[in-house]
Amino acid sequence: MYDKERDMFAAFAAKRMSRRELLDRTSRLGLSAAATGFLLNAATTRAMAADFDWKKFQGTNLKLLLNKHPYVDAMIADLDNFKNLTGMNVTYDVFPEDVYFDKVTAALSSSSSEYDAFMTGAYMTWTYGPAGWIDDLNEYIKDPAKTNPAYNWEDVLPGLRASTAWNGVPGGELGSPDAKQWCVPWGYELNNLAYNRNIFDKVGVQAPKNMDELVAVSAKLTKDAGGPYGIGVRGSRSWATIHPGFLSGYSNFGQRDFTVTDGKLQAAMHTAESKAFHKQWVQMIQDSGPKNWATYTWYQVGTDLGAGASAMIYDADILGYFMNGGDNKEAGNIAYAPFAANPAASAPTPNVWIWSLALSSFSAQKDAAWYFIQWASSAEHDLFGAQKMDFVNPVRQSVWQDKEFRDRIAKSYPGYLEQHDLSAPGAKIYFTAQPLFFDLTTQWAETLQKMVAKEVPVDEGLDQLAANIDKQLKDAGLG
Amino acid sequence: MNAAVDSATAPRTRSRSLRHALPYLLSLPALLVCIGILIPFFTAVVYSLMRYRLNLPMMKGFIWFDNYINFLSDAAFWNTVKVSLVYAALTVGLELVLGLGIAILLQKPTRFHNAVSILLLLPLMTAPALAALMWKLMTNPNFGVLSYLVGLVGFTDFRWASDPSTALLTVLLVDIWVYTPFIMILLLAGLRSLPKQPFEAAALDGVPRSFVFFRITLPMLMPYIITASLFRLLDSIQQFDIVYSMTQGGPGDTLMVFQVQSYLEFFQYTNVGRSAALLMILWAITYFLSNVFIKQWLKLRERTHGHG
Repeated sequence: MYDKERDMFAAFAAKRMSRRELLDRTSRLGLSAAATGFLLNAATTRAMAADFDWKKFQGTNLKLLLNKHPYVDAMIADLDNFKNLTGMNVTYDVFPEDVYFDKVTAALSSSSSEYDAFMTGAYMTWTYGPAGWIDDLNEYIKDPAKTNPAYNWEDVLPGLRASTAWNGVPGGELGSPDAKQWCVPWGYELNNLAYNRNIFDKVGVQAPKNMDELVAVSAKLTKDAGGPYGIGVRGSRSWATIHPGFLSGYSNFGQRDFTVTDGKLQAAMHTAESKAFHKQWVQMIQDSGPKNWATYTWYQVGTDLGAGASAMIYDADILGYFMNGGDNKEAGNIAYAPFAANPAASAPTPNVWIWSLALSSFSAQKDAAWYFIQWASSAEHDLFGAQKMDFVNPVRQSVWQDKEFRDRIAKSYPGYLEQHDLSAPGAKIYFTAQPLFFDLTTQWAETLQKMVAKEVPVDEGLDQLAANIDKQLKDAGLG
Repeated sequence: MNAAVDSATAPRTRSRSLRHALPYLLSLPALLVCIGILIPFFTAVVYSLMRYRLNLPMMKGFIWFDNYINFLSDAAFWNTVKVSLVYAALTVGLELVLGLGIAILLQKPTRFHNAVSILLLLPLMTAPALAALMWKLMTNPNFGVLSYLVGLVGFTDFRWASDPSTALLTVLLVDIWVYTPFIMILLLAGLRSLPKQPFEAAALDGVPRSFVFFRITLPMLMPYIITASLFRLLDSIQQFDIVYSMTQGGPGDTLMVFQVQSYLEFFQYTNVGRSAALLMILWAITYFLSNVFIKQWLKLRERTHGHG
């Protein structure tokens, strides 16, 4: 009985059978959706194996360092396929996000060979790369002896490929021709609006289209919603406060964190346009943000939306996705909208967070670890995660075109596909790559906190911040 | 004859050598532990004299005391010094007063008092980071029980750790909740170990209670007070868990204490040199303060026991 099903899925994987015919046959055989998904994934995995020597490192034990995340859940659910494909054994350590990057820093700075590959964000590679802790993955991607011919690197969204590549020159453009590919995109988040439809309907407002409307609608929601506050945004003393909605809106006005002249960096947050944006942002938080804004991370922003404590968030789209499901109080009530803060802009320019996979320079089995990385970032695994698990947002264009994935999202997440499709072309990292990223961006968040708390006026705060940053850049030889 | 003499003196020689070596052998484990502690200490001293950022390895090199000199003109550093000292002074002072008050109330060794003193130790069993998270939930404006209670007395917009004007108060409350039991139990032990004769004599003479407290109880309790204060001071000035869990040193730099700043410098900014220099300064402050306390304690002990 099993052979029959296996041959059927193999035929589909080899494109000798259409999807409609496959679904028809599986339903006649009485296969559940879970079984269908598993058998389909196993078949596509076997199809992957046909063109490439996946068994080259059979018997190798790999160890991964991972952050607790739905992407990891999806990978673990599919891990047996990798083990069957390659004959390798994979173990992993999973840490909560609060301590994850401390663990990565401790492991890499001590040159530990314990972990072969690990999850990272693109910003972190601006530290890890120059420090010599991670390998340039171009050497693997471009080597046909090491990379499966069906890997199709070009299928990864171009903004994400570029955003995870840097030439190591402070201020150097991400994705430049001489950039090193420090990590491979695995899953990503872009920043747009997610809002509670019921609260919006009750107050009689529509999703705002620009910054002026955002401020006004947030204020009206706070005043008339009868409890929830208008807009949830991050506010903790961290670079992560600047990264999501704030930088997305800021960039939409053409504003930058730094200018680069003759290879020298200079702070650019104190331009007139920047000050105007900061003033609006600060006013919005003061009038319509959470009371405990200065302690808010992505977690509080998301859970407030899910609990109905906020009417809207300007943050990672996947936050809104996850709050629309599970046992959240407002599950089923969340909608999504693209957001271009600048009324004169033609499209959103969302900054992105890209969970990626990187190869430790201290691994004793790099080629084997690359096999895992290419498998985990393959179209097959991406599709499995997108169709069967909560692997949003996938990084591959082909997956975004997959009908089953799109149907699943369209059914339960109104507006999600539209906000993504409209925003994806402009979705990339808008920060300037430089070694003092965490220091200076955290100071920017600290200054934002002071402005919201009215400890310093916006103009003065930004002037001081820019002067302070320029001094540090000069001391570090970057300015 | 010589062989017989040799065989008789050999065991005695070996025994004498062993007796001479014994103190050193007994000290060896302590020495090994000391070396184990000193290695990271001296490594930190060396790093503090360097420009050393993990992500700028090409710039690594000795800059000697530049890290320290740069602190002198750095407003953020002086803010850290101020916040750390204020935090330590307030926590020690308030916990001392509260701990002493509770200890006095529980002084009489009844079954009820003993049970209460054990129950009051429970917060001390809580990891400070967990306590901070508990208080973070309790002070949440949407559902926190403490927000609800202060709302009942008119503070409907109390922002707790989110507002610079109330952030220090909020973390002080957490610290006091966790650590007052420590002071309480030390002082309770001290109170119960004080000799009874002076109090009996004072009672016979009809001496007012306030006089008894300030002129008899407090002076006799002073060694315990100094010990408890020293322990809490050394802990408070190195505060990390509560502040980092609540606000990561914010809002702004309101709660930026030494340990949080040093942690951020290393783990987030990978600035090893600056992080190490901050910790060296913290060590120096801790060393100075503990010396002051220990000198006071020794003076008191001399006064109590007399010279020699």
